[in-house]
Amino acid sequence: MTNAARTVHFKIYRYDPDQDAKPYMQDISVEIESTDRKLLDAMVKLKAQDDSISFRRSCREGVCGSDAMNINGKNGLACLTAMDSFPEGKPIVLRPLPGLPVIRDLIVDMTQFFKQYNSIKPYLINNDPPPERERLQSPEDREELDGLYECILCACCSTACPSFWWNPDKFVGPAGLLAAYRFIADTRDQATSDRLDDLEDPYRLFRCHTIMNCVDVCPKGLNPTKAIGKIKEMMVRRAV
Amino acid sequence: MKRLVVGAHYGLMDWLAQRVTGVLMAIYTVIIFAAMLGGATASREAWQAFMANGFIRFITFLFIISLCYHAWVGVRDIWMDYVNPAAMRVILHVLTLLALVGYAGWAVQIIWRL
Ligand code: SF4
Ligand code: SF4
Ligand code: FES
Repeated sequence: MTNAARTVHFKIYRYDPDQDAKPYMQDISVEIESTDRKLLDAMVKLKAQDDSISFRRSCREGVCGSDAMNINGKNGLACLTAMDSFPEGKPIVLRPLPGLPVIRDLIVDMTQFFKQYNSIKPYLINNDPPPERERLQSPEDREELDGLYECILCACCSTACPSFWWNPDKFVGPAGLLAAYRFIADTRDQATSDRLDDLEDPYRLFRCHTIMNCVDVCPKGLNPTKAIGKIKEMMVRRAV
Repeated sequence: MKRLVVGAHYGLMDWLAQRVTGVLMAIYTVIIFAAMLGGATASREAWQAFMANGFIRFITFLFIISLCYHAWVGVRDIWMDYVNPAAMRVILHVLTLLALVGYAGWAVQIIWRL
């Protein structure tokens, strides 16, 4: 395999509140090699060329969730986006996640997002004394948590959700609701009814209009809409 | 005081009602289309006879109520999504309710008169 270098063009959202009056889009190109397989690899090269370009990243393998951004108009993780998935000859357009305040360039302030996540009490509530080894579950009960616990809190989904754009302070958002269902579905958790009470609210849960942008963008292939549907279903079963 | 408050603890019944009324309206639409194909609207007399039927009046009334409830939840959702100041929302909610109740009364009057 050759290591042939090729030039890739970018259009990057730039904003440094200390220097720039307004955000602007910067055209910039970088030489990459065939070993630079993912967008993040190319961005690391870009950063070596111009170290004022700011973005978050850490694990480079879709585990930490820090390099979520808007790539050619769609939210995703730079480290999971293959360079050869981009059409040849067109610049790659990078913007920060939509709907959150920009701190600098591609770095957004995630406070609101984590506030919503914290509001659903993302931890097991069980007042029984802990057993000597662990709280057990049947394999079937455990299976219910598949597709829920894998969330890496990258915020791709919530920042693609129009309902979250309009009411980020009141609507929990897809990521938070997926996490809420993760604990509602957990047979070891004892706060199910309180959790449902907390979500039975026109804003916290019912702002979701099943637009399904969240499902479309989740880089881990999770389905927040399905989890939201299951929460609603549980509420109905509880009420009728 | 400007503390953000959530936790009105309603929404499930409205959400459910919106689904149920949606299904009712879909069924009604099918019935009306079937009746139209069957010639119920061929002449004014046929139409009048059709609407004089007790069952048709019953489901037409249900349809109007469903439509208004459905519209109430849907329009209120729009206000909740896009209108931020609470005072504005109150005004819009009240106006929406008044308009829908007015329409429902008017519609009932029309069917009763037929
Ligand atoms: S399905 Fe619900 S949570 Fe997901 S993007 Fe749509 S409105 Fe948002
Ligand atoms: S559900 Fe998916 S998109 Fe949303 S925060 Fe979790 S991993 Fe990211
Ligand atoms: S760098 Fe960790 S998810 Fe992409």
